[in-house]
Amino acid sequence: MNADESLKTTGAPSLDELRSAGMLPSVADFGNKGCVCIECIEEIPCDPCETSCPQGALMVGTPITNLPVIDRGKCTLCGLCIPACPGLAITIKSIQGDKAKIRFPWEYLPLPVAGQEAEMVDRSGQVLCTGRILAVGNPSRNNRTAVVTAEFPGEFVEEVISIRRDHGRI
Amino acid sequence: MDTDKKPAIVIGAGPAGLCAAIELKKAGAPVILMDENSKPGGQLFKQIHKFFGSREHKAGVRGFEIGKELLAESLSLGIDVRLKTEVVGIEKGLKVWAVEDRSRSYTVDAATLILATGATENALSFPGWTLPGVMTAGCAQTLINVHRVLPGKKVLMIGSGNVGVIVAYQLMQAGAEVVAVIEALPRLGGYGVHTAKVRRAGVPFRCSTTIVRAEGKESVERAIIAKIDAGFKPIPGTEEVLEVDAICLAVGLTPSIELSCLAGCEQIYVPELGGNMPLHDQYMRSSVESVYTVGDIAGVEEASTAMEEGRLAGIHAAWSMGCMDEATMKRKTEETMGRLLSLRQGVFGQKRFAAKKRIVEQGAPR
Repeated sequence: MNADESLKTTGAPSLDELRSAGMLPSVADFGNKGCVCIECIEEIPCDPCETSCPQGALMVGTPITNLPVIDRGKCTLCGLCIPACPGLAITIKSIQGDKAKIRFPWEYLPLPVAGQEAEMVDRSGQVLCTGRILAVGNPSRNNRTAVVTAEFPGEFVEEVISIRRDHGRI
Repeated sequence: MDTDKKPAIVIGAGPAGLCAAIELKKAGAPVILMDENSKPGGQLFKQIHKFFGSREHKAGVRGFEIGKELLAESLSLGIDVRLKTEVVGIEKGLKVWAVEDRSRSYTVDAATLILATGATENALSFPGWTLPGVMTAGCAQTLINVHRVLPGKKVLMIGSGNVGVIVAYQLMQAGAEVVAVIEALPRLGGYGVHTAKVRRAGVPFRCSTTIVRAEGKESVERAIIAKIDAGFKPIPGTEEVLEVDAICLAVGLTPSIELSCLAGCEQIYVPELGGNMPLHDQYMRSSVESVYTVGDIAGVEEASTAMEEGRLAGIHAAWSMGCMDEATMKRKTEETMGRLLSLRQGVFGQKRFAAKKRIVEQGAPR
C-alpha cells in the first residue's frame, strides 16, 4: 500500500498518511496554545505559506517543491498563512477543556455568520457533530478567502476540517 | 508601425503570447500581437483560483488578476494588439496572412514569429455524448466564470486531473452540486490539495471508473457509470445510475499545432504533454528559422510555465532581432530558465521536466 493511498484514491489524506508525513499535530500541540495544521503531503511547486509568515516560522526553502515545515516555537498563531495557501490546506486548531476550536479557509457563498450553528465535517465531507461559528474574517488582504472560526466538541479535534456547505441556498 | 523594421508577430494573446510580446516590446522590438478572440488573456480570465508557485510566479494571485496585470503592462508598453484577428496562413519568408473581423484580409511580413496558439480540450465519446448538458470542463468554466451561467445543478465530472478538480470546485462555488468525480486510472491525477478541498465538500471520487452512457429525453438526465478492469473495459454488473443534468469532460488537452504545421515546423509525439507538438530547443526555437513556439502548443503544462516560456522566446527573439545585447539576453535567459526549472520539480513536475528535456535534446540546432 502506498503512503498516499487514501489521498490518491479517495481524494483526502487519512490520519495515518498525515501522521507519517509529520503533518498531524499531537494532542499536546492542540492543547498547549493551539497549533497550525498543514495538510500538504505532496511535493508541488508552491511556497506562499513561507512568504506569508511574518515570523519566519514556516519554511519551504529550495526547491520550492519541498514540503512546508513549521517551527511551532516561532509561530504566534496569527493565521496569515490560512488564506495565503492556494491549496486551502492550512487550519489552526486548539483545545480548551472539552471544546475545540478551528480556524479554516472558506470560499463558498453564503458566508457563514457568527453565532450560527454549523455542521462540522471531516475530510470526506461527513458531518461529525454540531458546532458554532464564532467569527468570520474576510479583510481585503485575504483576497476573497474568508477565514472562519468555529467551536465544536473537543473529541473531534483530529477529524474536523471544515463545515458543511449550504449549497441549497446560494 | 513606428519603425520600418519588420515586426515580430506573436500569435495568441494568452499568458505565453502576452509575456513574449511584453519582453519583445520592453527591449524595443516592433511587435504585433494577434488573437482571434475579442478579448486577450486566453484562458487566464476563467481562472478564479489562487495560483501555485513562488512569489516571482505570482503565487497566491488569482489567475484572472494575473491576466489583468499582463494586459495593463502590454497596454502601457503600447503593444499593437490586434483582436478578432485570425491567422489563416503562414507562407515562406514568414509572410503572415491574417483575417480581421472575418471581413478584411491582409498580409504582414514578420522578422520573427512566436506561435502561442495554446491547446484544445479532448472529447470523450460514449452513447449519449451529443445530448445537451455534455460539455468539456473548460466550457463549463467559461460559462460559470465568464458568462455567470450555471450549466447544471447536479454535475458529473469525468477526469481527476487538475482541470477536473479545479472546475469541480468552481462549479460548487457557482452553486452547483458535484455528484462525483470519476477517473479511469486507479489513482487520482490532480494535486492532493485540490482533491482534498473537493472531497471535504462531500464529493465522492471514483477511481478505475468510466462513463458507460448518458441518458435523457431532450438533455442529460442521468449518467450510467461502471468500474473498469485493467484493460479499461467496463465490468458487467458494476453499473450505477447517477441523477445528473450536466456531464463535464476533463480528459486532457491536445496542443493546437495547425499554424506550426503550416509554418513547416518539425513535430514530435510526446504523449505525456498532449500528443504532437513542434520540436523546440531550450530558447523555444522551432526547427524553422525565426519561428518560436511557446506555452501549451509546445507541450501542455500550466499558465505559470507558459508565461516563463513566453518570456524565454521573447528575450531570445529580441536579441536575434538586434534589439538586445548578448550579455543582457544571457542574463535574462538564465533567470527565466531558473524560474521555469523550479516549476518542473517534485512528483508532478518531474514527468514534465523529463518530457521537455527529450524535446529540447531532439530540437537542439543540428
